[in-house]
Amino acid sequence: MFFSVLKTQWQNAKENAKKAFCLFGTKDGFTIVVQVVGLLNCRFGTENKSWLIFNPTILNVASVTPWSAPIIWEGTFDPILIDSIYKQQNLTIATTVFALGKYTRFVKDFLESAEQHYFVGFRVHYYLFTDQPESVPEVKMGENRSLTVRKVQSFKRWQDISMSRMEQLEKLIENELASEADYIFCLDIDTKFYGRWGVESLGRLVGVIHPWLFDAPRNRFTYERRPESQAYIPAGEGDYYYAGAAFGGSLEDVHHLTKTCREKLHIDAANSIEAVWQEESHLNKYFLLNKPSKLLSPEYMWRDINESAAQIKVIRFSNVAKNYAEVRPNP
Amino acid sequence: MASDLSVCHLGLLHILMKVNFYLFFLALTGFSLTGLIFLGYSSTSLRYKEKRFCLNLTKEHQENSNLQSPQGLSYKQPSVVGPDGKVVPVTPWLSPIVWEGTFDPLLIDSIYRQQNITIATTVFALGKYTQFLKDFLESAEQNYFVGFRVHYYLFTDQPEQVPEVKLGEERQLTVLKVPSSNRWQEITLRRMEKLEKLIESRLVNEADYVFSLDVDTKFYGRWGAESLGRLIGVIHPGYYQTAREQFPYERRPESQAFIPYAEGDYYYGGAVIGGLVKDVYEAAKTCREQLDIDAAKSIEAAWQEESHLNKYFLYNKPSKVLSPEYLWQDFKPHTNEVKIIRFSQVIKNYAAVRPNP
Repeated sequence: MFFSVLKTQWQNAKENAKKAFCLFGTKDGFTIVVQVVGLLNCRFGTENKSWLIFNPTILNVASVTPWSAPIIWEGTFDPILIDSIYKQQNLTIATTVFALGKYTRFVKDFLESAEQHYFVGFRVHYYLFTDQPESVPEVKMGENRSLTVRKVQSFKRWQDISMSRMEQLEKLIENELASEADYIFCLDIDTKFYGRWGVESLGRLVGVIHPWLFDAPRNRFTYERRPESQAYIPAGEGDYYYAGAAFGGSLEDVHHLTKTCREKLHIDAANSIEAVWQEESHLNKYFLLNKPSKLLSPEYMWRDINESAAQIKVIRFSNVAKNYAEVRPNP
Repeated sequence: MASDLSVCHLGLLHILMKVNFYLFFLALTGFSLTGLIFLGYSSTSLRYKEKRFCLNLTKEHQENSNLQSPQGLSYKQPSVVGPDGKVVPVTPWLSPIVWEGTFDPLLIDSIYRQQNITIATTVFALGKYTQFLKDFLESAEQNYFVGFRVHYYLFTDQPEQVPEVKLGEERQLTVLKVPSSNRWQEITLRRMEKLEKLIESRLVNEADYVFSLDVDTKFYGRWGAESLGRLIGVIHPGYYQTAREQFPYERRPESQAFIPYAEGDYYYGGAVIGGLVKDVYEAAKTCREQLDIDAAKSIEAAWQEESHLNKYFLYNKPSKVLSPEYLWQDFKPHTNEVKIIRFSQVIKNYAAVRPNP
């Protein structure tokens, strides 16, 4: 019975892997699954010597894209080693969040949890864009951590608030960050950290796989499908569906990303078209044409702390439950 | 009448001249305008290649710096093949390990083709090693960066022994004469210095990437743009399932190449070093300096410059690691995990080819 259970599990695993790899199926039938299965402590005895082997402990997930960018899951990296490498580089990580209207209520949890989990031990500079600077709570920051509050205008529609972020980011990088930061991450505010988010996430251009679409085939991705939009991606194309809630990278690369998205959003607006998922649609188009150098698994942008999935061993950063009708200025 | 005519003629001539004059100026303006418009378009298209806004990056930016790791750090040895036989596609510091099946060749080629790169490739063929050149070059033309611009730099003490090999379009070969030696260990050690000098004098201006490869080898399968990165090492085919205490690192603390038993990620093959020109330069220069320090103390590392390279890669992690598919040995039987042999050392009679035992 045990073996039949194993067998069914194996069949399921193969099915899931096949589905995952439809994501980058090519015409020449590239569907080889790279499965990384291992034990954390693996002892082998040879000539009275044994050694402890670091094996990624993921099951049924890909840890590298077809263009050789790593996909970060728990078990693919050694945190001690990677911290020690990046500690030598004297880095500053800029981190932007937007809290307008009722979204200011999320700031306290975001910042407090970030102080516990986000790039702990590294220099982080938060940039908080808000229309109500007076509502920003006092949050105790660790050493080498700072917060700058920027007042911005609000919009009547949440979609406009979301889309305006691209332009704000573009300007921030141009005007300020060039002289002080090495990397930048742009995160949604209605979220909270629950686990380590560290230097394993650093790279030139970093995208996060969307938590609702990581095991879906590309024809189910919610790309913009109208050719009139600048964000259009035809059926049959697409690597992953990336979340608009988190992206980052080097200043130069994120600047190019935000600038391009801002331009495309303007063109669409001039044509009276709004992409199906606003700037997330444009972000996906950008990442299709400009492949990220590193992908973060949905551990880095999860649905809800109370939801689980077999592949998600650690929830590091997640949306918090909210009543959309209550917090958004419009439906 | 005649004078009238001639006056007319003169008048006509005058008008014609004036018209010609105006026509001339019109044409001149026309051409100038066309020229200016053309220049306008062409400079825009030139600018299109550099679409990026020039950020005034004043902070010394780190994202392109080395993956330096401190000595004495204790962490588990990374595995190359899991206990279930599945290959590991990424190192614990998140550099990809390149295996068949971990990359899409069409996609990767299309990404790099847009970058108009030149790949310099150095080989050393001294003494009897010139006999390997023909197979090396011919098989490279079939398999190595096909479709990309490749410039081979061939170091030899016998330029007349270099065979005629037909090279593809955008491929060229430069022969560089170097002095002979009667010790094979000397020949292999001096490669670092030659590589360092070549980069300084030529490659900084001529190439984007450089690979330094052993010549007693042959290509059997694709070696392409998937192997490109900032700093590339290859996992030695003989030690990818060995405990780190048993890696043939240099173990004498007196040598600059010394690595203690408790440390080590992989055993890298000295037959392949690659990466961006400036990163390979740093590696070659450091290794050469360490080799010189050892030589001054009359110590020669266990596996010559391969020992020094392993020391370098331990504390300056490669940004990409090539699996043993990229460095095999013809005499080794095939294994399950190495599904394709791309580059392999040919079987040779050491006594026959080396100048000394």
